Amino acid sequence: MTAMTETAAKPGRSPRGSKTPRGNSGATDGPALRPRAGWRVKQDLKGASLSLPFLIGFGVFTLVPIAMALKESVFATKTSGLGFGKATSTFVGFENFAEALADTSFWAGMLRVFIYAIVVVPLGQLLSLAMALVLDGVRRRVAARFRIVLLLPYMVPGLVATMIWIYLYSPVVGPLGDFFQLFGLDVNFFSGNTVWSSIGNLAIWGGIGFNMLIMYGSLQSIPHEIFEAARIDGASELRIALDIKVPFLRGSLVLTSLLAIIGTLQIFSEPLLFRAVTPETITKDFTPAMMIFNQAFQVGNVNYATALSIVLGVVVGIVSAIIYRFTNRIES
Amino acid sequence: MTQASLRPNAVRGTDLPGSGAPKPARSRRKWSRNPNVERSANEAEGVSRWVMLGILAFLAIYSAGPLWWLIVASTKSKEQLYTTNGMWFGQFSLWDNLANLFTYQEGIFARWLWNTVVYSTLGSVGLTLVALAAGYAIAKYQYLGRGFTMGLIIASFLIPGTLMIVPSFVLFTQMGIYDTIWAMILPGMFGSFSVYLAKVYAEGAVPSELMEAARIDGAGEYRIFFSLGLRLMTTAGATIFLLHFVGSWNTFMWPLVFLKGADKWPVMLGLYSWLERGTDSQYDLTGLVITGSLISTIPMVILMIAMQRYWRSGVTMGSVK
Repeated sequence: MTAMTETAAKPGRSPRGSKTPRGNSGATDGPALRPRAGWRVKQDLKGASLSLPFLIGFGVFTLVPIAMALKESVFATKTSGLGFGKATSTFVGFENFAEALADTSFWAGMLRVFIYAIVVVPLGQLLSLAMALVLDGVRRRVAARFRIVLLLPYMVPGLVATMIWIYLYSPVVGPLGDFFQLFGLDVNFFSGNTVWSSIGNLAIWGGIGFNMLIMYGSLQSIPHEIFEAARIDGASELRIALDIKVPFLRGSLVLTSLLAIIGTLQIFSEPLLFRAVTPETITKDFTPAMMIFNQAFQVGNVNYATALSIVLGVVVGIVSAIIYRFTNRIES
Repeated sequence: MTQASLRPNAVRGTDLPGSGAPKPARSRRKWSRNPNVERSANEAEGVSRWVMLGILAFLAIYSAGPLWWLIVASTKSKEQLYTTNGMWFGQFSLWDNLANLFTYQEGIFARWLWNTVVYSTLGSVGLTLVALAAGYAIAKYQYLGRGFTMGLIIASFLIPGTLMIVPSFVLFTQMGIYDTIWAMILPGMFGSFSVYLAKVYAEGAVPSELMEAARIDGAGEYRIFFSLGLRLMTTAGATIFLLHFVGSWNTFMWPLVFLKGADKWPVMLGLYSWLERGTDSQYDLTGLVITGSLISTIPMVILMIAMQRYWRSGVTMGSVK
């Protein structure tokens, strides 16, 4: 670059420098051993500059929005007239948060999502676990063939998956209604009582492939001598599965559950799509994320929406921390 | 799901395949398979084998059934959609449906597909370059602020996506990129997880001795990165590109918030607008939504199956750790 860098770098590049024992270059690498040469520092700085595009972009698109969220949430905007007229922003401290904490429809949505998560996530995990265990129990060739089929839902865009299921549930085009009628059951998949299980089913459908893959991967890494030893000792396949394979999967289970719960608490697009077909069951603030969306972009109350976002973020953080601690305690 | 399916990227490839191997392109094939492929010690025997096959068959039907319905439904005419058995073909009118799909509203569907391809491609190329450069810098150089950068990256994994939406809206409005294609491309280019992936990979795949040798030959640091580092990190680059490409193809909430004009929408948002309108318009859009869903899903399935080794070994390797 500059002339200074050139001259500073020279000693390292000159043949004299490189003729000294080669092992030496490794020793100068260690910064702790001795003060590093100036040219080495420059080199490192030049290398470090490669991370600048990321750092700048990360600052603009992640850190700045977070700072803005914190700022917006302690202000309130009073608009005269409709939309973005002349707006005046006033500092209100934690008023938005106080309002958020007392907002019954927000917490009702949170409770709804929470109960849903508690039911659907473990159910999906169990199903994925069963799937992984079964896949692990059959011949490799068979497993490889089934695996691709079982992974198909994972490859389908989430929005398309939701649409497919909405049509399958639909009383006019969907075959599921007819199917249940064979058993004399008249099911309305969009009623207030069933809509969560309808959404849950499609979430499980879309998620088990991915979870199964993670668990299957862990199963493959168990040293196989263990199974042989267990079989010689007369353990049944079920025993082997429950007592050897499942404990091995604990790490993967924690990981996939955590991801699933974080995603589920923020559920947005599935209920929004269901709202398109059954607006009377799915209200506009059915889930916390839907309420945030509604507050920000329909009502136009950005300040309150950011406060709600922060509350949701904190709840997600607390729940993840609890799960993490809880599962760690079981492990020890 | 959109959120959830974007976030899992955060763990999908904690440890890239071949991260310990200096020659990734060569050794990848071995890594993506398991060393004990032909081993059958996990395998059950006797009756339980048939039970397992039965369960597998059931799960396979559950997984593939809805897709089967989608394929069947997209070959049917509008009347047959309502009158025939959903799980089997009626009169074959897929070509008519496709013609309808691509001519409706002056062929806006093709426009949406094109937009999706543009957003996904540009965003993924940008992200891949940015992430590889940053990951390489963090992995291969010692400098002040390196630990801090890593700390930022790890901490940002914990930020829920929903939190970013509203403040980003405020920011984009101020920056003037609201309702432009930049709102779709730029923010995704600085994903911290991809940097993490690249860093883990660079640690194993780019030998310091090789960089030292290049230096002795007189190459500058940037030159070393562009001609040596990038080449050695091809696998990581492909994984990052693929994961982001799929993620931005599927993204829904982001364009819903940031794009107003229908001519800028990606295909997912377009389909949603049809679904929403289909319920209260005179013209029944159900057939269009179904055929459109199929058309927008096919590229993803092909891509995911063709590039299986990249994302799948990422998933399995990441979990083993």
